[in-house]
Amino acid sequence: MIEKIRRILKDHARLSKDAETLAEDADLYQAGMTSHASVNVMLALEGEFDIEFPDAMLKRSAFESISAIRSAIEQLTS
Amino acid sequence: MRLAVGIDLVQVSRIAESLEHFGERFLRRIFTEGEIAYATAAPALTHQRLAARFAAKEAAIKALGLSEVGWRQIEVASLPSGACELRLHGQARAAADAAGAADLALSLSHEGDFATAVVVTHVEPSQSPRS
Repeated sequence: MIEKIRRILKDHARLSKDAETLAEDADLYQAGMTSHASVNVMLALEGEFDIEFPDAMLKRSAFESISAIRSAIEQLTS
Repeated sequence: MRLAVGIDLVQVSRIAESLEHFGERFLRRIFTEGEIAYATAAPALTHQRLAARFAAKEAAIKALGLSEVGWRQIEVASLPSGACELRLHGQARAAADAAGAADLALSLSHEGDFATAVVVTHVEPSQSPRS
């Protein structure tokens, strides 16, 4: 799952750092992800994992790191 | 009370890319029915209007420190006079009320590939919106 998340970040997050080597707990917003880019990441994750983030999960903290994203996906697929 | 301000700048072409890539899903997850209706009423201006509204939501988030609310809880309403105003719903409304932000002033602008928005409000001194 982490590899898929990293690939989506690489394609959509417009990070100033390499998404392939970024620490799982690194702050993605600090790494250059704008709020608009985070929306693209969210929509790409929905497509990749065949999930739909409810409105309550569409908040900044749900997408702030690779590990936060993994937790959010796990919450929706468990 | 003290003044709180939030500003955001959005590249219109990036909004157009999101719309092209994710289609209707991008619209429905971020914008309210009213915002979509207003933006799509003038096809030549749709991308600019969406970009300005996205900037307004982000500017409100910054002014009020609303990082934990959904995008659709912050709405830009277009008045018959042509002016726009912010309307908050659900958690966003509750957070603004808790901060003592009774009035929100909004200004939007777009030129070429950029759209921007500024939100100004008063908050209780104990509130410290993020930068």
